[in-house]
Amino acid sequence: MATTTFDLYNLMERDKVLLAFKGTVTSDLLSSVFQIMESKMEDLNDSPATKKKVFNVLVECLQNLYHHIDDFDNENVIYEDSKGDKKSAIFSISRHEDHYNIVTGNFIYPKNVPEITSKIKYINSLDRDQLKAYYKEILGNGKLSKKGGGGLGLIDIAKKSRNKLGYSFKEIDENYSFFTLIVKILKK
Amino acid sequence: MEDLKHEGSAKTPVVEFNSNGELLLKGRSIPENSIEFYKPLIEWLESYSESPNSTTVLSVQLEYFNTSSSKCILDVFKKLESVSGSEITVKWHYEEDDEDMLEAGEDYEAIIDLPFEMIEVEEI
Repeated sequence: MATTTFDLYNLMERDKVLLAFKGTVTSDLLSSVFQIMESKMEDLNDSPATKKKVFNVLVECLQNLYHHIDDFDNENVIYEDSKGDKKSAIFSISRHEDHYNIVTGNFIYPKNVPEITSKIKYINSLDRDQLKAYYKEILGNGKLSKKGGGGLGLIDIAKKSRNKLGYSFKEIDENYSFFTLIVKILKK
Repeated sequence: MEDLKHEGSAKTPVVEFNSNGELLLKGRSIPENSIEFYKPLIEWLESYSESPNSTTVLSVQLEYFNTSSSKCILDVFKKLESVSGSEITVKWHYEEDDEDMLEAGEDYEAIIDLPFEMIEVEEI
């Protein structure tokens, strides 16, 4: 049975989704999303510290997504094929009793799976002080990539969210995998 | 030399770099391409260093900044660190409940050889 709009609605209602998007992630889109999220959160009765942290982590998660999707520009990629646009991504922000969840999903090259896995595993193996030290080390020594990302994104997300990064990969075919990142932020 | 002014936007901070040595970075810094945004600031500091004021105070009053900006802000500090013949201070502001911003300031303080003053404010 095909998923109806009503099914989708119920699913998003059940998961307490504040905002969800599927499509091409552009700089203009992110500007709009940040603006929408800020005004939405303004009306919620979470503490200013929580709102601030959620916004901070959201910016990092979505810009991370934006920079990585860009990678497909550099190689011979069929943008539209039977399985859809590989530059397209998905993200959602949901608000629960005691925490927020930010989830992003995007296509990546299977060859990049081991590197991302080991990076996340390493970050998740560090305690708070080690994470702070690691951040400082990369900040002080690392070089900026052409797009301005310095490999700090995931470290910053883990550091600010004060939680382990959730993640999974789904192999689509020999050319693509789908990477899901789940970030949980406890309310303060 | 001319002062450097930038009005600030939803993703970029207010910049007021005055040749009298008063430098201000205020608001939010979350552009996707921060290198492009910070380039004129670094260039301005480059010319400023040729004949700096006897005192220089960089006041950083940021509400948010992304990791892409964090490297560029470090470059601003490094450039400032290399200015000789001026007594330089960094005033790092953070909102009272924002431990991440305080931490970020402490990170820079540890990397950069300049005196930092941590200033807690109610709201930026």
